[in-house]
Amino acid sequence: MQIAIAIFSRLVKAALTLLAIAVLNFFLVHAAPGDPAVVLAGEAGAADEAMIEQLRERFGLDQPFHVQLGKYVWGIVQFDLGYSFRQGAPVSQLIAERLPATLLLTMTAFGISLACGIALGVAAAARVGKASDTMLTTLALLFYATPLYWLALMAVLVFSVWLGWLPGFGYETVGANYTGLTRLLDILKHLILPALTLGLFFMSVYMRMTRASMLEVSQLDFVKTARAKGLSGPAIRRRHILRNAILPVVTLAGLQAGQLVGGAVLTETVFAWPGIGRLMFESLAARDYNTILGVFIVSAAMVILFNIITDLVYRIVDPRIGATA
Amino acid sequence: MTLWKRFSSNTGAMIGVIILLLVIAIALLAPVIFPKGPWQMVQRPFLAPFSTDGLPLGTDTLGRNVAAQLAYGARVSLLVGLVSTVVALLIGVPLGAVAGFYGSWVDEGAMRFTEFFQTIPNFALAIVLVAILEPTLTSITLAIAIVSWPPVARLVRAEVMSVRKREFVDAARVAGLTRRRILVAQVLPNTVSPIIVMASLMVATAILLESSLSFLGLGDPNAMSWGYMIGAARTVIRQHWWLSFLPGIAIVITVLALNLIGEGLNDALNPHLSRKARA
Repeated sequence: MQIAIAIFSRLVKAALTLLAIAVLNFFLVHAAPGDPAVVLAGEAGAADEAMIEQLRERFGLDQPFHVQLGKYVWGIVQFDLGYSFRQGAPVSQLIAERLPATLLLTMTAFGISLACGIALGVAAAARVGKASDTMLTTLALLFYATPLYWLALMAVLVFSVWLGWLPGFGYETVGANYTGLTRLLDILKHLILPALTLGLFFMSVYMRMTRASMLEVSQLDFVKTARAKGLSGPAIRRRHILRNAILPVVTLAGLQAGQLVGGAVLTETVFAWPGIGRLMFESLAARDYNTILGVFIVSAAMVILFNIITDLVYRIVDPRIGATA
Repeated sequence: MTLWKRFSSNTGAMIGVIILLLVIAIALLAPVIFPKGPWQMVQRPFLAPFSTDGLPLGTDTLGRNVAAQLAYGARVSLLVGLVSTVVALLIGVPLGAVAGFYGSWVDEGAMRFTEFFQTIPNFALAIVLVAILEPTLTSITLAIAIVSWPPVARLVRAEVMSVRKREFVDAARVAGLTRRRILVAQVLPNTVSPIIVMASLMVATAILLESSLSFLGLGDPNAMSWGYMIGAARTVIRQHWWLSFLPGIAIVITVLALNLIGEGLNDALNPHLSRKARA
């Protein structure tokens, strides 16, 4: 029951946030230099006069500001993200076609980075001050300073161009027409490089955080008690320190979800991964603002989804957190 | 120990300072070393590094001097990184300070606002802002500032909340200082050190953000930047990989230097915390 209330209040909050983003979107369209109708129609030439007239009417650009705002937000509530004149399709359809690829990529990267980050952080904290700890921390520092897209490019160069181990382009082998398990394996093979390069940056963030948190918790009194009881080092680390140290890491992971989704734009661009990030990149060159704003609002929705997931994880890790949190 | 002694005893931080000073020197001296600027064609395209006299790093896809491009790129990276951080501080510090100091509904409102901006995927928002405002150095700097201030506001709020409960604040109140004066003259100065640490790390993040935007083609078309170089060389990576490789190394080194400095500052300004983390 408590969890149900908590989830409900989260969903209400999520809906309000999305509504606010819709309002922000509206103001952004109006902030763009020039006629909003032309902005929405995309680059000049992509839409003819009649279309712009139609847009002007649909968005009621001759009506008072608040009426325009209402119309725009109401459209978004009904999943109407506008029409992409460049691609000749509704934006919501374009996004729906590409969303699964992005979800697959970001979820995999999120999972890998969180699991490996925590594991490596625990390992580094257990060997604090030793050479292996120094090596891990230095590597994390290095990945933390590396631009995502550049790491992706270098990974393509090394593992795809030079070594030929993994495909560095696309979602599956074009024209192979694999089905069933073969297709799944093919997609997985294509997924490895994008997911790893997207995950590495966040892995280093989670690793540093886990390490610091583990070291901090290991100073607390209850750990001394556990040691005095005669528990072994690994048992204390796993059952006592890790359980307490992991909380700030999960919080951080929730906060970082936004960056992960944003980073997907870069990863998808480099790997020609057919997700919404790639769609956004293509729309940038075409100045297809409707699609850009559509991807923006959907990626914000994804971040909210990630936040809800981390919230649930939080509850599992720490049952003390009730509906009030 | 004095602050400088603590900072300079940190090897990593000193390496960071030396690298950063070098990058700053290159950025400042770019017009002197490369008077022709980064855009002029000087030789055949695709000359490999170390192959031609006077062109130590070779030429790019259009026969432009790669070394000159890197030097001018440093100017853009440092400028955008620094200015956007200052702007982000100008938004985040007052908001966080007011929220933490006055509490109640002011705090509630300010934090809802901050949370909202934290939920929005920041890179996606930066893309949207720059795409709509047209890519110029000003719009890029502004966009990066707009997506970077929320952590500042949260940090300053937390610091102010803890400082305002201290005794000297009560003393100031008894002495008859106005609330605003207490906040500005008594509380805020005591929150400076964590802000400095965060700011140095923010410059690093801002440089990464700027390079990512230029990589996607959202850079200022009149300013040579490292991200633009990587983006432009991307299509020829199979044959001429060093054209993408070199600017990336420049970014990694600069960002790493700033992160090392940030960590050094953190250790020097909060010796208690760092000892705990190192134990």
